[in-house]
Amino acid sequence: MDRQINILEYLDNIVKICPEKTAYANETDELSFKTVYDNARAIGTFLHNEGRYKEPIVVFMRKHPDTIVAFLGVVYGGCYYVPIDNEMPRHRIELIFQDLKPRSVICDETTIDSIKSFDYDGAVYSYNEITKTPVNQAALDEIRDKAIDTDPIYIVFTSGSTGRPKGVVANHRSVIDYIETLSEVLQVSGDTVFGNQTPLYVDACLKEIYPTLKFGAKTYIIPKELFMFPIKLVEFLNKYKINTICWVVPALTLISGLGALDKVVPQYLHTIAFGSEVFPIKQFNMWRKALPNARFINLYGPTEATGMSCYYVVDREFALDESIPIGRPFKNTEILLLTEDNRLAQKGEQGEICIRGTSLTMGYYNDFERTNEVFVQNPLNTMYPELIYRTGDIGKINERGELVFVSRKDYQIKHMGHRIELGEIEMVMNQMDGIQSAACIFDNDKKKIIMYYVGNVSKADAVNYCKEKLPRYMVPNLVEKLDVMPLTSNGKINRLALKEMYANR
Amino acid sequence: METLLEILGELHPEIDFETHKSLIDDKILDSFDIVTIIAEVNDRYGVAIPAHEITPENFNSASALYELIQRLMDED
Repeated sequence: MDRQINILEYLDNIVKICPEKTAYANETDELSFKTVYDNARAIGTFLHNEGRYKEPIVVFMRKHPDTIVAFLGVVYGGCYYVPIDNEMPRHRIELIFQDLKPRSVICDETTIDSIKSFDYDGAVYSYNEITKTPVNQAALDEIRDKAIDTDPIYIVFTSGSTGRPKGVVANHRSVIDYIETLSEVLQVSGDTVFGNQTPLYVDACLKEIYPTLKFGAKTYIIPKELFMFPIKLVEFLNKYKINTICWVVPALTLISGLGALDKVVPQYLHTIAFGSEVFPIKQFNMWRKALPNARFINLYGPTEATGMSCYYVVDREFALDESIPIGRPFKNTEILLLTEDNRLAQKGEQGEICIRGTSLTMGYYNDFERTNEVFVQNPLNTMYPELIYRTGDIGKINERGELVFVSRKDYQIKHMGHRIELGEIEMVMNQMDGIQSAACIFDNDKKKIIMYYVGNVSKADAVNYCKEKLPRYMVPNLVEKLDVMPLTSNGKINRLALKEMYANR
Repeated sequence: METLLEILGELHPEIDFETHKSLIDDKILDSFDIVTIIAEVNDRYGVAIPAHEITPENFNSASALYELIQRLMDED
């Protein structure tokens, strides 16, 4: 078997097997593997003709199958794609442009006007125009011949704690490693029909884009608007016979929390992978009851290690005060649980989740300083250079030998002489009837725990419940009710926004 | 109706909700707004909007939403 070194080999291979089959679709448009292949190579040729090579190309398009073709086209051209989206705050896009200083942006008809309002004077290419370029196969072959598997494929930007986003650079080798092992865990085949939820500008969408190419599967891009209307969303899943989803937890609890599963069940769904946040067991049980025969898979991993690093296939019932483990690392990945003095944590002992393996990305673009803070020498190896990625997440191994997520390192606080996990308070609150979501922050100056929650529960009842269930020193000093929990683009609770809310109150 | 206009006005002060009839079609409201409206309507009117009533038609205008609230209150 030939060793794969380029992510495009998936497409080059599958287009020979099922050229006419639909690869990516939405409600109105369907793109066959042949169309994807032809249009992507046209874009690659166009970039070559323009003298673009080994440089970032911004893809500024709406959430649409064409956007995926643009990504692949950039890679055919020997460049790497940087997805941005109209949904992103304007300020964030400006910071990305400052960091990246790109020479080229690919737009569609929905973004070509708004790009003019940015402080950017490089080339603007229209998707519909550049896909008309006649393919120069000889040029593309030469680009491929020179490519190696540590060349970048994409840069995706994640929030930095300081407010300046960090551009994570991933290469062919780490993405291939990820797609191979993820596909095994999800049991992807040619019959898989994905329903994509996550935005195309985060690494989460790798889960649908590349296994689709590897197996000749199909991906429906679900319109963002449907995530307002739970019944319509489930009807969409049924209409297109979607059987596999990899969604953030808030998208799943939107359906269960608003009572949609009592009315309509996603009848074709057999594989439900979830991540980004802890799944409240009460909500999770509603899903399991509705789909008792489906496989539920908890995924965990940072963008810095190419998407996901650990998985757990749910194989038992969970009590309300338990949390679903993140299980075990993917094949060819190792998790080191390191204590504060850099030794391996014992069973049951907490440690920082550190990742070693091919899945590590290359670091942050144009930012050696922040890269070197978290991509560090493996402290257990003093003999030769070897990088690990420090996630900043705290985990432990439970009595069953499974890895369990405990909290973010920065949510571990010292309060009234006790070490407290804010995540533990949140877990207790999430068990209360009527609570949809709870999140805590800590005011370090005034030494106060502040809890925000969403749900049909009065503040007084929420406080009383805390007092009943938690030791005195863990009861929040201030409780605020919200209509909606602010989320980041990755679907995580936006604790920075909560802190701002608290500071401005 | 005034309470409802207040809820909507807090979300989007720039919109005239008395005349705007295509809040969903014109992408004025997003999923954040819908969840907020459901929670606020529950708090202020004491009615829970069931899943099958969370539709684009019922949220496309303030008057459609108000009709829904009235209907749900009558059913109680």
